[in-house]
Amino acid sequence: MSVKIIQPGILSLVQDAGRFGKHSIGLTNGGPLDRLSFAWANRLLDNDSNACVIEASIGGLVLESQVDTQIAITGGDATLSINQIPINSWQSYSIKSGDKISFGFAQNATRHYIAVKGGFNLAPMFDSCATVVREKLGGLNGTALQAGDIIPCASFSLNDTSQHKVNLIDRPSYTGDITLRVILGYQQSTFSNLDKARFFNNTFTLSDKCDRMGFRLSGPEISSELHTKQGGMLSEGICYGAIQVPADGQPIVLLNDRQTIGGYPKIGSVFSLDIPKLTQRLPGSTIHFEAISMDEAQRQLHLAQYRYQHAQLHTI
Amino acid sequence: MRIEVAGENSLILYFGETTAPEISAKVQRASKKLSAALGDVIIDQVTSYASLLLIFDPLAIDQYAVRKIIHKTLGADESSTNENSASESSTLVELPVYYSEESGPELSLISKNSGLSIEEIITLHQSLTYRVYAIGFAPGFAFLGQVDERIASPRLSTPRLKVPRGAVGIADRQTAIYPDVSPGGWNLIGLCPTRMFDPNSTPHMPVSVGDEVRFKGISKDEFLALGGEIGDYQ
Repeated sequence: MSVKIIQPGILSLVQDAGRFGKHSIGLTNGGPLDRLSFAWANRLLDNDSNACVIEASIGGLVLESQVDTQIAITGGDATLSINQIPINSWQSYSIKSGDKISFGFAQNATRHYIAVKGGFNLAPMFDSCATVVREKLGGLNGTALQAGDIIPCASFSLNDTSQHKVNLIDRPSYTGDITLRVILGYQQSTFSNLDKARFFNNTFTLSDKCDRMGFRLSGPEISSELHTKQGGMLSEGICYGAIQVPADGQPIVLLNDRQTIGGYPKIGSVFSLDIPKLTQRLPGSTIHFEAISMDEAQRQLHLAQYRYQHAQLHTI
Repeated sequence: MRIEVAGENSLILYFGETTAPEISAKVQRASKKLSAALGDVIIDQVTSYASLLLIFDPLAIDQYAVRKIIHKTLGADESSTNENSASESSTLVELPVYYSEESGPELSLISKNSGLSIEEIITLHQSLTYRVYAIGFAPGFAFLGQVDERIASPRLSTPRLKVPRGAVGIADRQTAIYPDVSPGGWNLIGLCPTRMFDPNSTPHMPVSVGDEVRFKGISKDEFLALGGEIGDYQ
């Protein structure tokens, strides 16, 4: 009762919503780099919202099902097939034991979420199955998936073969320039008005130094008075999306596998709803920043939650 | 106390700007009181040297309600002077260390820079009781402070690619034990056989933030008998 990894692809990791409440022993969150696509993959199969899926980055993943079940793939734009027959993302499919699911390679949107009916069944570590390779926690053995890995999941009878898809209007789009909304915070007052203007009025490029800990951007140099202060600053807690600016002036957006504390000045944090716009994309993408207030961000979160809950799946 | 916005659902509370036991104690007390006062709306907290990061559920509460509860809960603590004992309710943990040039490749470097003998460095490292100021960087990595000024040493200009599990290091006036094999730039002075992070045992760590730690020198035989291993330094 399982799914077998034939080819792991570029980077495939088991993820649930993430590991929370464990910062006191130094554990980070892990979890999906694109929370909305993750949520839809589970919802297409009527799974628990925290069910385990596979996050496949870029592509190249090949899986073989050893059960009859349903699957759904959301997120990235790699071509997909079941037994060489092309299928669509954002849609549920019934599959049989022996069926092979193959991923091509992403063009623009790089993170894919593969859910199975009922979710993958793995033993949680610290209340979560989220894989954080750096911490050797989650997934099968705290590592990325490898060829030959067997991930347990339940079998489902296929009496109800109705399929669902996410309406186009409810799917995120990952093309064009990226605008990231930023809540100013932390050491923002140590960045001069000129540096803030430079930060918000210029274009940054996504560098090739991007991983699940953080995405490094390149652009005009942004400086904080703390860069030249004797002794710098004390290390402190880092929240999701925090924008750290080390002495080289090049911002780093800290993500799911970030270290929980750090001592570089931060200008603020990227609004979580915008993080998938960044984490889905490839190096070389163009990025702008736009300031929003904490209150506006919270209103947007409530609206997004309302829209997600009231969105209807399309039944085929 | 000063409150700053950190992100869409987090506030960071600053209790000072220096490494001091009284400030760290304030952070610890605030963390405990706010956990009780805010309950389930808190998703996580990070306590560090002089700050407390509070992450709340933005669908359940907003910053104004959180700020109100912070002021109500901590208002009294801020004005009281008697509650400032740094060691209240902290545990003293003794950790064994095998100090030697074999297990501490930077002992000779610190000796060269400080003019102290290797024996003096080892004695000075054991002479103080340290406080756990923060846990982070890696699971179970506890930042302890502060070491005697004479043995304070800046991070290595080129970090090691591989530091073995249990390595005891110094960076500026901080000292710490690497809980697992990892890259790292601290000056290594010895090896500790105690597991600093074990996902399979409870508690997962021998120390928590706010605890006190003393180091006790042991021989190589004792180190090996306690299950220590001399790993790779690269």
